[in-house]
Amino acid sequence: MAERCAVVGTGQTKCTAGRTDVSIAGLVREAAKRALDDASMDWSDIDAVVIGKAPDMFEGVMMPELYLAPALGAVGKPMLRVHTAGSVGGSTAIVAAHLVTSGVHRKVLTVAFEKQSDSNAMWALSVPQPFSAPLLAGAGGYFAPIIRAYIRRSNSPDHIGIKVAVKDRLHALRNPYAHLHIEDISFEMVRDSVMLWDPLRFLEVCPSSDGAAAMVLASEDVADASDNPAWVHGMAMRSEPTMFAGRDQVNPQASRDCAADVYRQAGISDPRRQFQVAEVYVPFSWYEPMWLESLGFAQDGEGWKLTDEGATSLDGGDIPWNPSGGVLSSNPIGASGMLRFLEAARQARGTAEAHQVDGVRRALGHAYGGGSQYFAMWVLGADKP
Amino acid sequence: MTTDDEVIMLDTPIRLDYDFSAGEAQSRFLRGLTTGKFLGQRCPVCSKVYVPPRGSCPTDGVALAEDVELGNSGTVTTYCVVNVPFQGQSIEIPYICAQILLDGANLSFMGLIQEIPADQVRMGLRVEAVWKDPSEWGPTMASVKYFKPNGEPDADYDSYKEYL
Amino acid sequence: MTARADVRSGEQRPVAVVSFAQADNSRREVRRNEVEMLLPVVSEVLGRVGCTKDDMGFVCSGSSDYLVGAPFSFVAALDSVGAWPPMRESHVEMDGAFALYEAWTVLRAGDCDTALVYSFGRSSPSQLDRVLALQLDPYYMAPLWPDPIALAALQARALIDSGKATEGDFAAVASRNRAAARDNPKVKTELPDYTAVSRMLEEEFLVAPLRPHTVPPITDGAAAVVLAAGDRAREMCSSPAWIVGLDHRIETHALGARDLSASPSTRLAAEGAGLGSGRAAEVDVAELHAPFAHQELILCEALGIDPASGRVDLNPSGGALCANALMVAGLVRIGEAAERVINGSAQRALAHATSGPCLQQNLVCALADDPGDGEGS
Repeated sequence: MAERCAVVGTGQTKCTAGRTDVSIAGLVREAAKRALDDASMDWSDIDAVVIGKAPDMFEGVMMPELYLAPALGAVGKPMLRVHTAGSVGGSTAIVAAHLVTSGVHRKVLTVAFEKQSDSNAMWALSVPQPFSAPLLAGAGGYFAPIIRAYIRRSNSPDHIGIKVAVKDRLHALRNPYAHLHIEDISFEMVRDSVMLWDPLRFLEVCPSSDGAAAMVLASEDVADASDNPAWVHGMAMRSEPTMFAGRDQVNPQASRDCAADVYRQAGISDPRRQFQVAEVYVPFSWYEPMWLESLGFAQDGEGWKLTDEGATSLDGGDIPWNPSGGVLSSNPIGASGMLRFLEAARQARGTAEAHQVDGVRRALGHAYGGGSQYFAMWVLGADKP
Repeated sequence: MTTDDEVIMLDTPIRLDYDFSAGEAQSRFLRGLTTGKFLGQRCPVCSKVYVPPRGSCPTDGVALAEDVELGNSGTVTTYCVVNVPFQGQSIEIPYICAQILLDGANLSFMGLIQEIPADQVRMGLRVEAVWKDPSEWGPTMASVKYFKPNGEPDADYDSYKEYL
Repeated sequence: MTARADVRSGEQRPVAVVSFAQADNSRREVRRNEVEMLLPVVSEVLGRVGCTKDDMGFVCSGSSDYLVGAPFSFVAALDSVGAWPPMRESHVEMDGAFALYEAWTVLRAGDCDTALVYSFGRSSPSQLDRVLALQLDPYYMAPLWPDPIALAALQARALIDSGKATEGDFAAVASRNRAAARDNPKVKTELPDYTAVSRMLEEEFLVAPLRPHTVPPITDGAAAVVLAAGDRAREMCSSPAWIVGLDHRIETHALGARDLSASPSTRLAAEGAGLGSGRAAEVDVAELHAPFAHQELILCEALGIDPASGRVDLNPSGGALCANALMVAGLVRIGEAAERVINGSAQRALAHATSGPCLQQNLVCALADDPGDGEGS
């Protein structure tokens, strides 16, 4: 990277099933204003705005950056809109970071959102295409067979998914912004919830949320003058085709390549020990053990053991995953990736309040999307790289 | 009637009609369905057979030109039982959505499994296509009613594990 | 301006357009789907510089789900490139010109030396007038389903009322562009064959003051560009079209809050691209993304180009008025301008791209045969 870049402000909205109290503009402005306040900046300080969200059909608004420009203080400024499916929140942050690392801008506001209660997300994900069998029943229907293949491949016991679901909702109870606050969440409650796409139960699946996330990214000179910047030590994106002969759907090559690239940039050779926290895109419970392996925190076939022994829990674990509650607790699809990147920033800056992990030197932010083919990751550090 | 501080909700129904072009590769596949056949297409670079076909080979970025006729039998590589209702759904829940690897193909596709209780479906199950009556065949995967077990012994895990 | 002076002064490797290819811009592509349209375009753009997909350090595309009528429609398009082994790739739900902007920042950051940019868009499958209404404020404007031609007509009316142009001027723009389009084998949009201004002014109004000749044809198309940095560009192309300036700006959304007869965002973007203060009038070629005839006049004013002077070759491709593949036409403007620098017929070129109703958002790209030409990028 030519220029250094740091996160100097973060802001997010409370995620809920439906934010009927705000328009789309109101939703994004809420997150953006909080990020500006956190950065001690005003709208006029910002040089450019990069916005990201998932398919336009989720709200029924085509190219919403056009409508949102004035709400985000972008009038007279450059504005881009990124769309890389579920990883979009993460890739949006990376696109914004490149405006800084390329030397083009010094202060960039990046926002990601979804107000999916406005439309019908399940329909928008499964819009029937002519000549195709109308089988696909939402994202879960696509991922459940892959999870079954992981369970078979790793010989994992059946309860692992349930443990992830409980852990992440317990974490969420410490995060006032999270959508799901299930006070009496328990192993039994998850195990007894209705099976949606076998082997995924209702409580092992992410909610559908409205929410927005925003960050202010800054160049080195601006970050040096700010309080506790979170420095970008590395960032990477990888894509592979959704379907091709011989594709490993359980542990995609693109995931491994993306991790290898960002780890190389950041000097990470032992993720389990060199990170103190990770915010990883886990929308379906079993993706935690799967990504633990893919991202090199555990050997192949052993990710489930880390989960089982509690290593990824805020309570007593040595490598908490998703202390914010993760995607399992809040899923405004277009924003979920940025929430992972943002929460990693909060951990590195020490601003994660009740779900802060002690002594964070380096944090990982991760997002994936599509049919597990888009991956975006960044490594943030409390120190300058 | 709304009070001054009540948020007004408005419903804006949107209806859009699109003319959908299947494209050349998919059109050949669909025409095959009108004759009760599954037509795959082979990539000239990697030699993999794709069904349903795509405009190009996803790994090599070249057009798939050679048609390959495949039979009706295949293997369930993985599956899930769908139990969630959603808008626009046309099949009664619960139903089994499976990835089916036709013999001779290198990529599985999604299909419906019937004539077997949901709890007996398993990876490696050998299945065959049950077509509608020939008079109902058309350029659509709906020409196939579903896939059912064909009675053969389960396929060995090793034979299909790379297709997961 | 906010770009950092030390970076702008040339410490960075310059980035250039080294190759451009486009599909036929047709009224209606029926036989092939988007992937099949893109395959030969991607193949050609890489082949022209002796490259394969494996030589590209970054791939970025521009397209719109609503045009296709399916979510995640850009995913299948990746098959036209062949994303294996896994590649660095990104996508904007905007015209390919903005995907090019993203790729340019990646190359400038030094992450890699080459990038493939592509875009595709078929307007013919959809009810375009309804689809484009969804670009508007979903609470106040979209529920009225305003027709895009009606919105453009509002702008044309504002321009006439300002005294800056007449319907005759619109016809003159159309006449010139249509004559140029005749010489462009890539324009296959079934345009009427007359170019006489008097004949055009006899047409019935579509939406006053717009007659058919001032309105773009429904178009299906695809295009691709290869970018390269520094020495890599010189290896791939004997006369790269160096991007010596690139900037884009957006205006507010509500039409009533804008002066529709002017384009302040184009003026700002031009300044950011180093073509402010009359420098735009010194280029040899300008490709302006003006889907409606009156918009070319607005853009010329914002850029300080006098169309009558003849100094600048305006829209030699026939412009977006003659071929307007949504999501593609902006990238095509950059490609067409770059092509003329690459083939030596121009030393300096300007390309413009627009997005949104009535020129709400505008991008300006300054190209030159000398990487040191220009105020800096």
